Amino acid sequence: MAQVSITVNGRQRTADVEPRLLLVHFLREHLNLTGTHVGCDTSQCGACTVLLDGRSAKSCTLFAVQADGSEVTTIEGLADGDRLHPLQEGFWEEHGLQCGYCTPGMIMSAVNLLHDNPQPTEQEIRDGLDGNLCRCTGYQHIVNAVQHAAERTNRG
Amino acid sequence: MTAPAVLPKLVGQRVRRREDPRLIQGRGTYVDDVTIAGLQHLAFKRSDIPHGRILSIDTSAAEALDGVEAIFTGAQIAEFLGPMPVPTPFPAPEHRAVAADVVRYVGDPVAVVVARDRYLARDAADAITVDCEPLPAVVDPEAALSGQPAVLHADFPNNVAVGPLPAGTGVGRGGQVDDSAVDGAFAEAEVVVSQRMVNQRLAPTAIEPRGVVAHFEPGKETLTIWSSTQNPHILRTHVAALTGLGQDQVRAIAPEVGGGFGAKINIYGEDLVAAAVSKRLGLPVKWVEDRSEAFLATIHGRGIIGYVDIAARRDGRVLGLKLRLVADIGAYNMLLTAVVPTQTMRMANGTYAFPVVRATLTEVFTNKTPTDAYRGAGRPEAAYFVERAMDMLAREIGMDPAELRRRNFIQPHQFPYKTQVGALYDSGDYEKALDRALEKAGWEQLKAERDAARADGRLVGLGLSMYVEICGLGPSARLPNGGWEYSQVTVERDGRISATTGVSPHGQGNETTFAQMLADQFGVPLEHIRIHHGDTAVVKQGIGTFGSRSQAVGGAALHLAGGKVKTKMAKFAAALLEAHEGDLVFENGRIAVAGAPAAGKTFAEVAAYAHRPVKLPAGLEPGLSEEAFFEPPNNTYPFGCHIALLEVDRDTGEPRLLRMVAVDDAGNLINPLIVEGQIHGGLTQGIGQALVEEVVYGDDGQPLTGSLMDYAIPRATDFPRFELDNTVTPTPVNPLGAKGVGEAGTIGSTPCIVSAAVDALGGFGVRHIDMLLRPEKLWRIIHGGNA
Repeated sequence: MAQVSITVNGRQRTADVEPRLLLVHFLREHLNLTGTHVGCDTSQCGACTVLLDGRSAKSCTLFAVQADGSEVTTIEGLADGDRLHPLQEGFWEEHGLQCGYCTPGMIMSAVNLLHDNPQPTEQEIRDGLDGNLCRCTGYQHIVNAVQHAAERTNRG
Repeated sequence: MTAPAVLPKLVGQRVRRREDPRLIQGRGTYVDDVTIAGLQHLAFKRSDIPHGRILSIDTSAAEALDGVEAIFTGAQIAEFLGPMPVPTPFPAPEHRAVAADVVRYVGDPVAVVVARDRYLARDAADAITVDCEPLPAVVDPEAALSGQPAVLHADFPNNVAVGPLPAGTGVGRGGQVDDSAVDGAFAEAEVVVSQRMVNQRLAPTAIEPRGVVAHFEPGKETLTIWSSTQNPHILRTHVAALTGLGQDQVRAIAPEVGGGFGAKINIYGEDLVAAAVSKRLGLPVKWVEDRSEAFLATIHGRGIIGYVDIAARRDGRVLGLKLRLVADIGAYNMLLTAVVPTQTMRMANGTYAFPVVRATLTEVFTNKTPTDAYRGAGRPEAAYFVERAMDMLAREIGMDPAELRRRNFIQPHQFPYKTQVGALYDSGDYEKALDRALEKAGWEQLKAERDAARADGRLVGLGLSMYVEICGLGPSARLPNGGWEYSQVTVERDGRISATTGVSPHGQGNETTFAQMLADQFGVPLEHIRIHHGDTAVVKQGIGTFGSRSQAVGGAALHLAGGKVKTKMAKFAAALLEAHEGDLVFENGRIAVAGAPAAGKTFAEVAAYAHRPVKLPAGLEPGLSEEAFFEPPNNTYPFGCHIALLEVDRDTGEPRLLRMVAVDDAGNLINPLIVEGQIHGGLTQGIGQALVEEVVYGDDGQPLTGSLMDYAIPRATDFPRFELDNTVTPTPVNPLGAKGVGEAGTIGSTPCIVSAAVDALGGFGVRHIDMLLRPEKLWRIIHGGNA
């Protein structure tokens, strides 16, 4: 067992874990933060995407011990109290989700995308979300959702 | 701002979804999020060879691991779990959820571990050793028809599961065949196009893999099963039958379900094993599929070869169609395995008035994962074979592909139209959809742009396809568990409305669309309505969500149940208002005499009276809750026209989709925003089949596409912005006039992508390219290698 101390959604969490425990399972099973999903086992789908020290990371490809001392933000930590994050608003307004399973990871990747590029073109949005798979929407409404959030954020 | 005088009508509006707030905040509960004190985890040991006889299984090392609760081999499971039920009307070999003597595909389970946590369960499964005597693998379905190199199931000589099954012109009720009319049409033809086409295997790949939690409670003698399923009521039926429990003792719950696409219709061995093991041990158990496991253990789709022949005159008039099908169904019959290819046969006419049609179907066992319903389930295959052949005919006679279609459509006045292969098309106006698509795409200008690009040396092609498909599954005669749908609508004591539906949405947005319908029906705000689904203890009856039936069948049941409650509520209101119920209007959450809204009663007032009717009106029972079963008299047959512009890179062979226009007619629409989403998703999967997706097996029967590193599903970068439009031809088969839209995009898009690629490479003498359109394959056509 190894001790890890990770700040998750602003709260410090300390636990003894197996060294092989994946970060995603630490979040889901130790902290009951089940909004982060597992859709594959080869880092293709992106359903497990979280922010690790502010950058998007696939939490099924990291051991919890690798995140020791880091800050993690999950989908549960994105809204500001009752106020949804602009990307959450965008996904809702633009019908950017159907089954919702890829959505948390998709949103966390989009957070990273808009952080790096607050006014992306459509092609830049598509390129930026290339590491996240959605089987329901055909991506067009997801692109609209990111554009919606970008416009909102830039208008202030 | 003051409230509007009358609540706006919501049916037909782009209402944002009521499902979304929980899902965008990570607050949805999917099956892997369900936890119970004492929960044990299952892991399956699976065969790593395609065909073999089990000689021995050594579980001792696994049993020695601390935290392993139990291990059951197939033979041990067979002591308390019977064979998998296969309720289709075709003969099926015995299929054990866990193989006891012979394994028949890579992934066939041979043992199951029950352990304290999921990592340990996997360790234990890995520690089991299985000694198998390998048998020859049957891989090529056409070779399999000679019984070579092996026979999978003793009672099925030459590996024939079904057929040859004939349909069409000259086929008698008893199956006797008179070919004279079909032969005559082909003898008269001025031109015949013939092509063998492969509609390749696909992996459905919902982003949420399958999963199940089963919790048998000893003493209470009830079993609760949570499963990532499209149809909890069918799951309950099967689980009860297989565990020896009554249906009253089993509660099935479909929590949030992360996509299905047909693959979660099935009642899988893992569901049944989880239920049986939980009952056996008296412990709650969970199993969640790995993605790599999903490529082996979840059904595949498509996998069918078509030999298509069209006879025609040089003026483009078609004279006859022959379609011979060989379906590679894999190792066993699952729930609908045998039925899906029959839908391909049933849609052989497409949108065309072929004077004669002959379809023939043979289904073949191979040592592969079983096939079953994947989005479209038989109809995409039919549309692909017919539309590709029509495209070949257009090229053969030098006619515009749109014009060829136009000359052969079934005409609007011919509906309802009975096809030679047994479908009864409800309504249609195919030329209208074609014209709308041509206009939307700018067909003539697009052709000029293509020609100009070609003059510049670019390889640009245009593809067009029509489709017609089957939605609104039932009726009951066509489905083993019945084809109706159920709903209950209740006006609660406070005047708010609760409704249940037997359809089980997993992305379709029925919590929103059904609430829109009730809001209009009752004249109440959307916020006062709640739709419940996916739990057999809450929703008394149901069939489920598949075959684009939510709106056409489930919506119709909801509408009927709502109507019953409304009628009863009007009687209570009439008594309260001392008015005639026929004079009442339901508006703005009130019930009032028409023209005198101020004197009306609120929903809460009428509901309070109905639940405490001190003076009960004669002939009424208390309460405001009614249910309805809707049995559709027929399927619906939506249709449309899709157009693609595609460019192939001369140097790399890479195809690039430049434009995608889709005009779909799904009848009346409840929420156009949700309809668009369904079509976008469908297009993506249909285009995915043409451009990136294929399940591949080696000649030795080993799957080569065992993870998302090897099996591609489309990404955001693969597409241009889709251009949609629609026509509206309501159906007469349900009170809503809605046809269904879940599968349409998948059905129309695939052939038009391939036709566009053939058009792009026509200069190299190519007539047809089998999917998928790998860059390497296209590069070889361009550069003179073998296609």
